[in-house]
Amino acid sequence: MAKITLSGLRHSYYPEPQGPDDYALKEIDLDWQDGGAYALLGPSGCGKSTLLNIISGLLVPSEGRVMFDDRDVTHLTPDQRNIAQVFQFPVIYDTMTVYKNLAFPLRNRGVDAETIDRRVREIAEMLEATDLLDQRAAGLSPDNKQKISMGRGLVRDDVNVVMFDEPLTVIDPHLKWKLRSKLKELHQRVRATMIYVTHDQTEALTFADQVVVMNQGVIVQIGTPVELFERPAHTFVGHFIGSPGMNVLPCELQGGTALLNGVEIPLEGPVTGTQAGRLEIGIRPEFITIGDTGIPARVCKTADIGRHRVVHAMAGTQKIAIIVTGPAPEQGEEIHLRFEPRQTRLYADGWLATEIGEAEK
Amino acid sequence: MKTENQKAWFFVLPVLLLVAFNALIPIMTVVNYSVQETFGNNVFFWQGLDWFEQILRSDRFHAALGRQFLFTGLILAIEIPLGVVIALSMPRKGFWVPVCLVTMSLPMLIPYNVVGAMWNIFTLPDIGLLGYFMNHVLGINYDMTQDPVAAWFTIIAMDVWHWTSLVVLLAYAGLVSIPDAYYQAAKIDGASNWSVFRFIQLPKMKNVLTIAILLRFMDSFNIYTEPFVLTGGGPGNSTTLLSIDLVKIALGQFDLGPAAAMSLIYFAITLLVSWLFYTLMTKDDPY
Repeated sequence: MAKITLSGLRHSYYPEPQGPDDYALKEIDLDWQDGGAYALLGPSGCGKSTLLNIISGLLVPSEGRVMFDDRDVTHLTPDQRNIAQVFQFPVIYDTMTVYKNLAFPLRNRGVDAETIDRRVREIAEMLEATDLLDQRAAGLSPDNKQKISMGRGLVRDDVNVVMFDEPLTVIDPHLKWKLRSKLKELHQRVRATMIYVTHDQTEALTFADQVVVMNQGVIVQIGTPVELFERPAHTFVGHFIGSPGMNVLPCELQGGTALLNGVEIPLEGPVTGTQAGRLEIGIRPEFITIGDTGIPARVCKTADIGRHRVVHAMAGTQKIAIIVTGPAPEQGEEIHLRFEPRQTRLYADGWLATEIGEAEK
Repeated sequence: MKTENQKAWFFVLPVLLLVAFNALIPIMTVVNYSVQETFGNNVFFWQGLDWFEQILRSDRFHAALGRQFLFTGLILAIEIPLGVVIALSMPRKGFWVPVCLVTMSLPMLIPYNVVGAMWNIFTLPDIGLLGYFMNHVLGINYDMTQDPVAAWFTIIAMDVWHWTSLVVLLAYAGLVSIPDAYYQAAKIDGASNWSVFRFIQLPKMKNVLTIAILLRFMDSFNIYTEPFVLTGGGPGNSTTLLSIDLVKIALGQFDLGPAAAMSLIYFAITLLVSWLFYTLMTKDDPY
């Protein structure tokens, strides 16, 4: 097990990248603490799989270094790095039994038969696959195949890091829950560093202690699930996490106060930075209340999603989503919206541009 | 509620007619000949199963069958491993893939009798490229019209040259269908190159290789044109394969009855071996 340090990492799939757009990874500096449970979250094509493959050694980065503790492993093969990886689609060795599949990584490293047997049975027990051990892997259902490939990732106890590349994509929803909590449980038991790549926020937030959010080859925020939800550092994080995501509303700034459609909006605290570029107010639907005073808006539609209702309203030309737990207003009704000041933030060019005010600290 | 009627039979009818005219009826005429004797003038005498008995007991048939199995066995033993090795060493993507594929497919596009003629000239001791090289440069006595070993070497080399690319194409198709994740997982699992071949590539190629072996078996077991043009079955009878012998009996000696019986036996052997092989190879398949 090791602490993983990425420094000055850039990667391009072109042999001679011209501009920043040619880079799949734009500049990554990141420390992964030993024993942490991390999730790498981002939309498809944001560079998360590239980053994962660089850590595992399947790709050599164009620039920058990968360190395991103090050892530079940038040019080592996956085998030499001593890591484990579980892929999006199940990778199993068809002609072997489940037992041999699980034993394969250990056998290749010359582990003695007794230890192999013990480890394989332990892992099979954890994954509830003991009764599958003697079956030929080719005949398994997709769920079980993926279970076995996860098992192969977990069977070695000396790995530096275990990486999961969207491993639950092919699994049935009800089994997803089970396997996800199983993974969490496994992490607590083995205490290996685990990195879990996904585009599914629920998966990321349930599995990880720390979530790394990526977009377009850049890390936009690292934080606990609560931090990501409550104080998104970038409008992308606000919008990507949460259902529906944060409302991002273009606004004006006059002498330190934000104006939305000419109405003054109190923010969480003083505005920082140069405030140049595109200015937006970010407020989550959870923190908007409907009242008699505030920003006037008209209800377009309401959607009942079980636990609560989502009201979509138009304030002038801007769409706003509001989550209400009580009775919802009718379509076409004129309403007034109040933004919870402590949860209302200003974003300049996408990045957070307010501090927590003195009174709130 | 589904309506039950017999309409579906009408949809099978065209296929039935087609198969009848291109397979069943011609075969039945052969069956007809195989149980009769004729001395010409379209006069036939009932002969029962005598011809079959005669063929099955004949040393000439046994020798030809033995040569046929030897030929097919040798070309399979060379073409299949060679094809797999070539497929494994081909690039996975890029500019050279179409170049390799097209170049290798060229021999397959050449008509059978042209292949025979080409190799005939190629191996002529005094003017052929290979023949001259062997005799006058290497000093090895190589003349396929005189020496059975040279004749066998030539027909085997010719078949390997003509058909290995079919195995390559099929094996290559099997190989490129393996997702990258398998190779990546194998790297991470610390698998050796041999393990990658044994546990990933070979199992994934199994289905296409089954087809490749089946095609090459059937085709080489029925081979006629190329060895006929090249050696004419000689020197002596040393390269008289089953089909060459069959044509000698049927058209050379005009023994229609024995020839018909022999072709049915020939057909039955081809069918039986193909069926056995295919059944054995696919018995573990989950589908």
